[in-house]
Amino acid sequence: MKIFDFLGMAIRSLLANKLRSALTMLGMIIGVGAVIVLMSVGAGLQNMITSTFEELGTNLLNVQPTNPDAPGIFGTLYGASQASLTMNDAEAMSRIRSVTVVAPTNENFVKLIAGNEDTTSVIHGSTPGYQQAFGYTIASGQFFTERHIARKDTVVVLGSKVAEDLFGSNDPIGQKVKIKDKWFTVIGVLEPKGVGFFGFSLDEVAVTPITTYQARLFSQKTPSGEDAVQSIAVQLASAGVIDEAKEDIENLLRKRHRIAEDKDDDFSVVSMEQMLGEFETITLALTVFLGLIGAISLLVGSIGIMNIMLVSVTERTREIGLRKAIGAKRRDILMQFLLEAAMLSLVGGAIGLTFAWVTAWGISQIDLGGFTISAVVSPFIVIVAISVSVFIGLASGIYPAMRAARLNPIEALRYG
Amino acid sequence: MIELENITKVYRMGKVDVFALNGISISINKGDMVAIVGASGSGKSTMLHVIGCLDKPTSGEYILDGQDISRLNDNKLADIRNKKLGFVFQEFNLLTRITAVANVELPLIYGNSRQKHQRAIAALERVGLGPRANHKPTELSGGEQQRVAIARALVNNPPVILADEPTGNLDSASSNDIIALFRELHQEGITIILITHEMDIAEQTQRIIRLLDGKIISDEPVSGKNDVSSNSGDSK
Repeated sequence: MKIFDFLGMAIRSLLANKLRSALTMLGMIIGVGAVIVLMSVGAGLQNMITSTFEELGTNLLNVQPTNPDAPGIFGTLYGASQASLTMNDAEAMSRIRSVTVVAPTNENFVKLIAGNEDTTSVIHGSTPGYQQAFGYTIASGQFFTERHIARKDTVVVLGSKVAEDLFGSNDPIGQKVKIKDKWFTVIGVLEPKGVGFFGFSLDEVAVTPITTYQARLFSQKTPSGEDAVQSIAVQLASAGVIDEAKEDIENLLRKRHRIAEDKDDDFSVVSMEQMLGEFETITLALTVFLGLIGAISLLVGSIGIMNIMLVSVTERTREIGLRKAIGAKRRDILMQFLLEAAMLSLVGGAIGLTFAWVTAWGISQIDLGGFTISAVVSPFIVIVAISVSVFIGLASGIYPAMRAARLNPIEALRYG
Repeated sequence: MIELENITKVYRMGKVDVFALNGISISINKGDMVAIVGASGSGKSTMLHVIGCLDKPTSGEYILDGQDISRLNDNKLADIRNKKLGFVFQEFNLLTRITAVANVELPLIYGNSRQKHQRAIAALERVGLGPRANHKPTELSGGEQQRVAIARALVNNPPVILADEPTGNLDSASSNDIIALFRELHQEGITIILITHEMDIAEQTQRIIRLLDGKIISDEPVSGKNDVSSNSGDSK
């Protein structure tokens, strides 16, 4: 078969200029390597976010105050919105048929002190529904009840990490914890839950009755003077009733907040799916952006191949003339130089792929404070990388190869 | 074997037409050994290129082995160069990065032939270089390199070999060897056309065609019956 002879010729002529071939390949190695590493890191980020949301459950809605005058998602940003939600809103929402549990929740960062130990953690003020809505189970002691809410008791339930930081291996139940100069009694410890959004530990948390939180820790009032609620997590009977529940909640809150027909909502109802969608859009954009950076180095690599092939064609003008004299057709010469370019690119791409795979593996091993990005080099990425390498080889080789094929044999034989 | 009928080749240099060949008509029989001589610029190289199907004549008719060449496309011409013609150049034109036998195999690759290696070895043995088949050209002497080039020209068993100053880069001993080899091949029935400007080489052929300004000014058989040309009478 002619093609095997041609492959042999290509290999021999690339080996004849080892350093030059290696340097040209380096461009492809870096290009392909960069594209794959960056894309797999992007894919890893995306996986992490998707799995976080899936863990939370897709039958969750979150209701937050919104500034109706701010554009798009900016209205929901902390501080941009007025406090508009209250405990009564949460109470009313819990009576909607498709809603199984509501968890009105306020949050802030605080320093917790027990004896000589202290730690900084997020503190949530919520209701007993918190446990179900966010999927926590009790490891020891108990979660607070409606009675604690009604009495505004200074009790706290600790996440496993906070409990460990403050009490080590001692039993925290019944111990006192000082938060903002007030003493709280630990009544329960949560089971470890691991890592959530962007590596925030879900175990670095303390939960206290929302009434206690409002009365003794952080007070925020609605314009009408009621205690404000920062957000209300709503768990639904199933993911299938999301649209229906959303509409019910919106109607209910518009009525309760006395919003006129022509006015926008002062709250927003966001489903986990929607949030997932938004995060996916962001990470996709990030992945594409990273991929583009890699693509630039790939482009530089392909220019390197074209450059070296042009040099090679010029250097080998006599050889081309001779080959034509002994019977090589245009397409034979074209094929010879295309194969050389494709081989440079393909071998470079394959080496780049190997490097990328090792690098991605290395990145996956890095502990970024309790979480890792599993940068996966998927078979899809491999196939794309290989095809792109071959394509780049052909694309950057075609012009030099055509120049070679078009050479006039007589002039070529006289060259040099 | 080769019929040229009123062949012209015109190059345009600016506004002037230059006749590299100006009405060449010759016929070369199968088995002939012909020398083309002439000063540089006389058109002898162009004539060899036309005969060698590397160049197309501007006008006229060229019949090779009973086939009208004048109107064939590039691919057909490449096939003819591969199968019917063997080229030998002054500068050998061997690829230095591959061995002698690999050089000889090249025409077989383009001819898509089988048993390339065996045939290439056989061609090298025919020129007396069998033992040096795996040497690279840089490890061979000038005369040996030209023998490799001749083996490459021979490997497809073409009826015609065209040589452009084949001894131009060789010392006299090597030159004599190469001419002796051509004469041997001529004995075996191969038509040989060579360009030279050395008369003692031209006189070892059967026929000398003299060119000047793109025209044939003389075309006569070699008369001198000296010792080296004693075979030429037999081949009639």
